[in-house]
Amino acid sequence: MPISLHAYRDIAAPGRVELLYRLSRQTTGKRILHITADRAGGEIGEILHTLVPLLIDLGLDVRWETMKGSPSFHEAGRILRNGVQGEDVRISDALLDGYREAVQQTGRTLDLTADIVVTHDPHTLGLIDYAPTDSRWIWRCYLDVSRPQRKTWNFLRPYIVKYDGAVFSLPQFAQPLPVPQFLIYPSIDPLSEKNRELEPEEIDRILEKLHIGREKPILLQVSRFTRSKDLRGVIEAYRLIKTQYDCRLVLAGSASPDEPDEQAVLTDIREAAGKDEDIHIVPLPPESSVEINALQRAATIVVQKSKREGFGLSVAEAMWKGKPVIGSETGGITLQIMYGQTGYTANTVEGTAFYARYLLNNPAIAQEMGRRARERARQNFLITRHLEDYLSLIILMGRA
Amino acid sequence: MNPHPSLTPFQFVGCVELREMLGRKAADLQQLMEGIEEVPADSIYYHTHSYFLRYEYGPTLFPNDFATWVAVSVRDRVLSERLGLIDPFEFRDVEALRAQIVSTIDDHLQSLWNVPRVMHGDPFEFVSSHIIEVDLELSAKSLEEFRDHLATVDRSVLFNHICEAKIRKGRHSGDFILWIGSESGLNLPDLAAQVAAIQPMGLTLEGIRARTLEVLDRYIARPILA
Repeated sequence: MPISLHAYRDIAAPGRVELLYRLSRQTTGKRILHITADRAGGEIGEILHTLVPLLIDLGLDVRWETMKGSPSFHEAGRILRNGVQGEDVRISDALLDGYREAVQQTGRTLDLTADIVVTHDPHTLGLIDYAPTDSRWIWRCYLDVSRPQRKTWNFLRPYIVKYDGAVFSLPQFAQPLPVPQFLIYPSIDPLSEKNRELEPEEIDRILEKLHIGREKPILLQVSRFTRSKDLRGVIEAYRLIKTQYDCRLVLAGSASPDEPDEQAVLTDIREAAGKDEDIHIVPLPPESSVEINALQRAATIVVQKSKREGFGLSVAEAMWKGKPVIGSETGGITLQIMYGQTGYTANTVEGTAFYARYLLNNPAIAQEMGRRARERARQNFLITRHLEDYLSLIILMGRA
Repeated sequence: MNPHPSLTPFQFVGCVELREMLGRKAADLQQLMEGIEEVPADSIYYHTHSYFLRYEYGPTLFPNDFATWVAVSVRDRVLSERLGLIDPFEFRDVEALRAQIVSTIDDHLQSLWNVPRVMHGDPFEFVSSHIIEVDLELSAKSLEEFRDHLATVDRSVLFNHICEAKIRKGRHSGDFILWIGSESGLNLPDLAAQVAAIQPMGLTLEGIRARTLEVLDRYIARPILA
C-alpha cells in the first residue's frame, strides 16, 4: 500500500499534518532527485524509503536513483567514508580512478534533470561536475566530518564547494565551508517495523523466543557490537546497579559474522558477562527490526553508553517508546536527551549506575520521564518533522 | 446571533523553521560576546526565541541558548543566571535585545581577572533560522470561533502570531491581542488587556495556549449585563 501522510495524522503532534499539507502547496510539482550509492538499508535507506513516498504523496515529482558503480567504486566509497570521519585510511590511485570512472559513467547516463538534486554522503559528491545549470544541488552528509583525515578531505572538498548548500545532522559534525550549511536532524518512522505499536502478546512472544524473562526490570542497550559502544562499561554499570536492584541487562544489536572486530567484541563481552544468567547478549541479523522494537518496549530503562556516536537514532527510538534514556555525552545523544526531563546524560560507569538506581527506585518518575521523552520524540525526531525540514529546504532553495 | 462578531476575520498562519549553521563558534565568554555582537539579527532571534518551537515543556535550564551554554559548558552560574533572566519580550526589537545581552556579558567580564572558557562539552555554535509562513486557510469571524480554532491549531501558529509578530514584524502587542482589541477586529479592549497580561517567559507554547484559552473561556462564560 502506498505511504500516505494521512496515516500520520493521529501520530504527529496535533495540527502538524494539516500544516504539512498546506506547506506543500508551495512545493507542488517541484522535481526532486535523490542520489545514493545504493539502495541498501542503514540510516539513509531507512529514511528515504519513507521520505520519498511521502514527498510524492504531497505532490512533488520525486525520483531516487543510485550510482552505477563497480566493486572498486564501492570500495573507494567505503574508504572515503571512513577517511572523512577521521580514520587514517589509505586509498590507492587505482581506487580513486575507479571512483572517478563511476561518477563519470553515472553523470553521463543518469537523467540529472531536476529543480533540486540531493546527493547523499561522500560516494555521490563528484556528480556535481555533471550538474545541469538550471538546478540547485544539495549535499546531504550524515557523517561527523569535524575531524577528517586531511588527504580524504582535500580530495572531497573541491566537489563540496561547488554545491549550493550542504546539510548536516549536528552543528559539531560540520566543517568550515563557503556554502550555506543547514541543520536537519535525522528521524525515525513511527509506522516502521522498528517503531510501530506492538500488542503486549507480541512483545511477550518475542522476548520468550529470545529467552529473556520479564519478571525483573530490564536495562537495555541497542547498538552494534563495536568498541565505541562501550559495552564493557555497560556491564560494569549493571554490576553496580545489581548490588541494590535485581534486574536484567540486555545488550542487543545487529552483528555480522563477517566482521572480525564485532566478533572480537562479542567474545570480549561474553567473557566479561561470565556466568551471570541475567546478562543477555543478543546478536541479531540485520532484518530484526521487530525484535529490537519489542526489546525497547519491554525495557525499563534504555542505556546508550557510547564513547563516540553519530546522531544515535536508537535514543529517539527508545524515547518514542516512552522509555527514559541514560546516555553518554557524545554526538547527538546529548541533544536528544533533556537532562532530568527525559532521562540523564552521564560521563562515567558510576554516573550511569547512579541514575539507573534512581530511576529503578522511583518508578513514577521514570514513567513521567518516559512520557515526556515520547512527546519530545513526537515533536522533534519523527519523519513528519523531517518532511517539514525538507519542504522548507526546497522552498528556500527555490527562492535563492 | 453571534455574541462577539468581528469586523474583519482573523487569519491563522503557522510557520516552519529551517536552521542554518553560521560556521561561527565560541569557546570562551569573550568569543561569545564578540559573536553576539557580530552575527546577523536572525541568529540572536534564533537563540532567544526558537526554544519555544524546540521544547514541548519547561526548559531544564534557562530560556535562551546563551544562558544555557554558559551554565552547562562554561559552568559560570553567575553569568548564566543574569542572562537567563533577560526577557526577550521586554525589548522592542532584536537589536535592543542584543545590546542588553552584550552589556550583561561585558559587565560580567569586567569583574573577572580571566576569561572563563568552555569546561565541558562543545563550543557554542551560532545558528540562524529561516521562518517560512504557512497559511492554514483558517479564519475566525467571532471570538467563539477564534477560541475553537486556537484550541486545535498547530502550535507554530502561536509562535508566528506571538514571537514573529512581536519581534520580527514590529507588531509589538502580538497579533492575537491586536485583533481582539482593535475596532476592525473584535473591539474588546478589556479582553485584549487580559490576554496581554499573560507573560510568555517561562511558559511553553502549549502553556501560552492553555492560559489564553482560560482567559477566553472566562470571558465568553461571563454573564452579559442587559
